[in-house]
Amino acid sequence: MADQPTAMERFVQGILPENPVYRQLLGLCPTLAVTNGMKPAITMACSVAFVLFCANIVTSLIRDLLKPHLRIVVFTLTIATFVTIADRFLAAYVYQMSKLLGPYIPLIIVNCLIICRCEVCASKQSAFVAGADAIGQSIGFGLALASIAAVRELLGTGGLFGVHLLPAAWPDWVIMVLPPGAFITLGLLLGAVNWYSSRKTKNA
Amino acid sequence: MSNTSQQSGQGKASGTQGLHVAPSPHISDKSFTTQRMMTDVLISLLPLILMSLYIFRMNAAKQMIICIVSCLVAETLFVKMRDRVATLDDFSAAVTGMILALSLPGTAPWYVGCLASFVAIGIGKILFGGLGMNIFNPAMVGRAFVMIAFASLMGAAAYEDPSSLVDVVSQATPLTALKQSAIPTSIGALFLGMTNGSLGETSALACLLGGIFLCVRGTASWEIPASIIASVFVIAGIADIAGSFSGDLLMHHLFGGALLFGAFFIATDPVTSPLTFKGKIIFGVGTGTLIMIIRLFSGYPEGVMFAVLIMNAVTPLINRWTIPKPMGVA
Repeated sequence: MADQPTAMERFVQGILPENPVYRQLLGLCPTLAVTNGMKPAITMACSVAFVLFCANIVTSLIRDLLKPHLRIVVFTLTIATFVTIADRFLAAYVYQMSKLLGPYIPLIIVNCLIICRCEVCASKQSAFVAGADAIGQSIGFGLALASIAAVRELLGTGGLFGVHLLPAAWPDWVIMVLPPGAFITLGLLLGAVNWYSSRKTKNA
Repeated sequence: MSNTSQQSGQGKASGTQGLHVAPSPHISDKSFTTQRMMTDVLISLLPLILMSLYIFRMNAAKQMIICIVSCLVAETLFVKMRDRVATLDDFSAAVTGMILALSLPGTAPWYVGCLASFVAIGIGKILFGGLGMNIFNPAMVGRAFVMIAFASLMGAAAYEDPSSLVDVVSQATPLTALKQSAIPTSIGALFLGMTNGSLGETSALACLLGGIFLCVRGTASWEIPASIIASVFVIAGIADIAGSFSGDLLMHHLFGGALLFGAFFIATDPVTSPLTFKGKIIFGVGTGTLIMIIRLFSGYPEGVMFAVLIMNAVTPLINRWTIPKPMGVA
């Protein structure tokens, strides 16, 4: 186990070098679906962070009991437990947001980001490393969602978090808050991130 | 020993003084350049440009200048971002801008044409690798973007300009008037273009003049417009007989809206339409059928743009499907 990354490495990697959206292209379903505004994007990022953190810790604690052929089932059950908690919590305290996000909160169960972290990190390393990994990946996921949502909400409605920021004459680009805007924004931002990192490696 | 001599022999042949080896075709028409094709398109658009200047006056001039200038600026900018040499002198960006301008309503504010141009050149063309590599017709990508982004400025109601002194421009477009209020426009007005609509689409006569010039010059393939118009004729004819419109509906669908403009100038874009004869016919019939499906059964009065974009998407499939088999291959 000497070659396994340390907690600090796991944490840092999740934010940019192995960003779940921009680097691993994982969890694209919520990335595209809920980024038409900052509020739903942040809610989604927090829910994923909660589920990912708890699932990683639990998986890491029971990693010695995992049987190879049953591990995916165990991951799914663990994740489903915490998704149900998150879903009911949102429905109880932020009902409007829960209605708005609709099926996308229950769909966190099939978010490949979480099952990927359980498989790659939590099932092999200690709870401390798994926790650090979950926090790093969650920050990376949250930053990615927030960046896409910021572009879409600003161009599509002229504001952020529902607050109008651009001049009143701003013509809302309605397409940006509709599904085509999600694909266009994700594609362009992905290209920008790749361009930036390729320049950085060239200079190094 | 023999191996090395062979290699040096090959090196010689591919050098500057050796044989020139290239795949077929060996004889090609050197005069048939991108620049010539684009000039042809600009010439063939003249009757439409004059007609739109006559009907929409300053609105038309404003829209054309905005779109062409934005397209040229966008082309220069995005090509530079890719570290390539800008090729404004092949006129392809100017043609995109002109076709885009002619497909917009005259009433659209300046930012609509400007944004549509940047989307057309940036997302529609340069992202795919520039001229000749794009999957979708750039002008239609730009138009679709602003159509969805600014639905209130691009929808059927936006065409009516109550402030205009020209009578026809303050009325609904012929297809909208027929679809929503069952008010037919006279066939003569439709044919000459004394109606409201997107800048370039009003006059059937101007589209036919320019379109036939393009086909005769060989810049556009005649199969595509012919099969589009034929399939629209058949479907609109059936709808006409079924609803007993005594020819009114058929004439509106043939001469009204963007059918002729789209068939001759948009669908014939050589980059985004199939290569083979059979493919062009399939492409045309598909486009014509989709136009009529959208016109008759959807909320939109006009479907040329979406029909062309959908058929652009299946063009690579059509090409693969209709590729000619070399002789001797089963």
